[in-house]
This record gives sequence, structure tokens and C-alpha cells, in this order.
Amino acid sequence: MRAQPRSKTELFWAFTQLSLQGFGGVLPVAQRELVEKRAWFTRAEFLEEWAVAQVLPGPNIVNLSIIFGARYFGFWGGLAGLAGMLLFPMLVLIVIAMLYLQLGDRASIEGALRGMGAVAAGLIAGTSLKLATALRQHPLGPWLTYGIAVLCFVLIALLRVPLLYVLLFLGGSSILATYWVVKKSNTQRQHD
Amino acid sequence: MISLGFSLWWDVFLTFIGMSLLAIGGAITVIPDMHRHLVLQQAWMTDSQFTASIAIAQSAPGPNILVVGMMGWHIGINATQGLWQQYAWGTVGFCVAMLGVMLPSSVLTYGAARWVQKHRDTLSVISFKQGLAPIVVSSILATSWIITVAHDDWSRDWTIWLSTGLTVLLIWKTNIHILWLLGAGAVLGAVGLI
Repeated sequence: MRAQPRSKTELFWAFTQLSLQGFGGVLPVAQRELVEKRAWFTRAEFLEEWAVAQVLPGPNIVNLSIIFGARYFGFWGGLAGLAGMLLFPMLVLIVIAMLYLQLGDRASIEGALRGMGAVAAGLIAGTSLKLATALRQHPLGPWLTYGIAVLCFVLIALLRVPLLYVLLFLGGSSILATYWVVKKSNTQRQHD
Repeated sequence: MISLGFSLWWDVFLTFIGMSLLAIGGAITVIPDMHRHLVLQQAWMTDSQFTASIAIAQSAPGPNILVVGMMGWHIGINATQGLWQQYAWGTVGFCVAMLGVMLPSSVLTYGAARWVQKHRDTLSVISFKQGLAPIVVSSILATSWIITVAHDDWSRDWTIWLSTGLTVLLIWKTNIHILWLLGAGAVLGAVGLI
């Protein structure tokens, strides 16, 4: 049995809690909380929902919270997810902005930002490696799937091809290939 | 000082509405556009305020899109004088910018979410989601890579690479709490070790 949120309130506070822990990106915390702790998603489902969140405009993590909330509680669920992700972090940031206006720059504050930035980059990379284990069960088979992933990394990270083109061409081909493989295995199953 | 009035806020709102649907892949993708518009064309804030917006937003928890709120904040404090007025108008600017940037993309996402949910068992939706899975994993990894290679002054930045690498291993192989890692990064950075 899959765990799921019992109410819009639970959903709101769950997203508030994870958003407030997300320094330098909320994705690593979201993966921890939603997949590993609360088990509202499996790793594979998390990747699938993230795919939808990513191709839409707007911040991926906020889109994910809208999609997730809407799935269980419709419009108000989507709004609860959105509000959970943004409301309290906005309040915190406004307070920080007020303090900054009075105190200004300090070398130690800059250093702390640099250190947190380094850790945040590591958190993001570590999360993607964890999610990569879900690719093993991919319909295209592990080799082809990992091959696509490596090619995608080379295109985006090393050659700096804009994400939009990668999504259109590599993503498009990957979707078509998956469609073809899944369709073939469905027809075979019907014949057996 | 920029003149404060309804037409200013309407312009600010429309600017961020316009950015909203361009931000495929998150706030980072529209930073160059925002710089051109807010600093160079409209002169709503200085270069250092623009950079400070990014740095302050990064120091706070929450989604990276909050950087847009910080830009609204700076427009607000530039439009007035006196600490309390700046607090008030900064907050107004923050909210106007966030509302603008979130509204179109959220409405679109909600619509798409309902559609996808309704058709979740169709072959096309299944292949769409699963087909993009490898792309998703890599583009997340690539984000981290792009942030890290920006630090290319080896004599100074090897500590960043080391911290990032160690974090990858710890998050991947252990269940150590994320806030401990960030706290350690903040302390080591504050005393100048990273």
C-alpha cells in the first residue's frame, strides 16, 4: 500500500517543512522527504512527475508541488502545495532582506554563502545519482537508458546546449522509443 | 530614485508575468534576461543590487525562484526613502514580483496536471513520462556540474570541489541529515576554510 497525504493541511505543512529545509535548492530535501521518509512517491514515480514538472514553464519544484497536490485534492490541493512551497520561505526571505538592508555586507557572510553553495551543488548531484537507480527498470533497458542519460549530460553540461533543444530532440526521441517498446510489449502480452 | 506609483508597479508586474512562461527549467534560465531588462533597460536597480538579490535569495531556504521576489524588493526600496517605508515598499515589490512570475506558469501547470492525471493510463502519457526519465536525471546532475565548474581558479577553489565531492558521497551513500551538511558548509565557509 502506498502512503498518501490524508488532508490538504497535511500536504501544506509537509511542503512547508521541506521547503524551509531547502537551502540552495529544494530538490534534495524533496526527494528525501517525499520518497524516502513519507513514501508518497517511489523513485521511479518521482522521476516521472519531475519530467512533467520540468517541461512546463516555472520552477520545477513548485510545479511538482502543484501537480502532486492537484492529484489528491484537485484545485485546492494544488493551491495548498503551491502555498506550502512559497508562503513561509517568502516570509523568511523578507525578514532576511530587512536585516541585510541594515547590516549590509560582511566577509564572513559571503564566506558562509560560498560554503553553503559548495554543499548545495553536492546535494543536487548526490540526489540525481540516487534517482538514477530507478532507471534500471526502464522499459528501454538499462544500457540504452544510461546511454541516453550520459549523452544528455555531455550535451547540457559539457557542450552547453540549451535545455529546450535537448528536451525537444533527445527527449523527443527517447519518448518515441519508449512508446514503441511499450506498445510492442503490450501487443505481445495480448497475444500470449 | 525611481518614481513610485501605480504605473510603476503595473510595469513591474507585467515584466515578471512576461518572464514566467520563459522560465523553462527554473529561475536560473531567465537571470540573463532579467539583468538586461531590470538593470540595463529600466534602471530599476544597480548591478550590485542585482547580484545581492541572487546572493541573499541563495542564503535563504526555499525554491530558487524566490530570487525574483528579491528583485521586486530592490525595486521597492529604490522607490522610496526611510527605513520603514523601504521595509513596506520592499515587501510590496517582493509580492508583486512573485505574483507576476508565479501566476501564468502555475495556472498552466495546474491545467496540464489535471490533463495528465486524467490520461495517466494512456500509452502516450506513460511513454512521455518514462521517456524523459533519463533526461531528468542528467539535467539535474548537469545543474550541479555547471554550478561547480564556474569555480575554476584552482589555487582558491579546490576547497569548493572537495566539499562538493564529499557532499555527493555523503548524500548518496548515507542518510546523514541535509541540514548538518549545509551547516558544516556555512561554518567552514564563514571562517574562510572553503
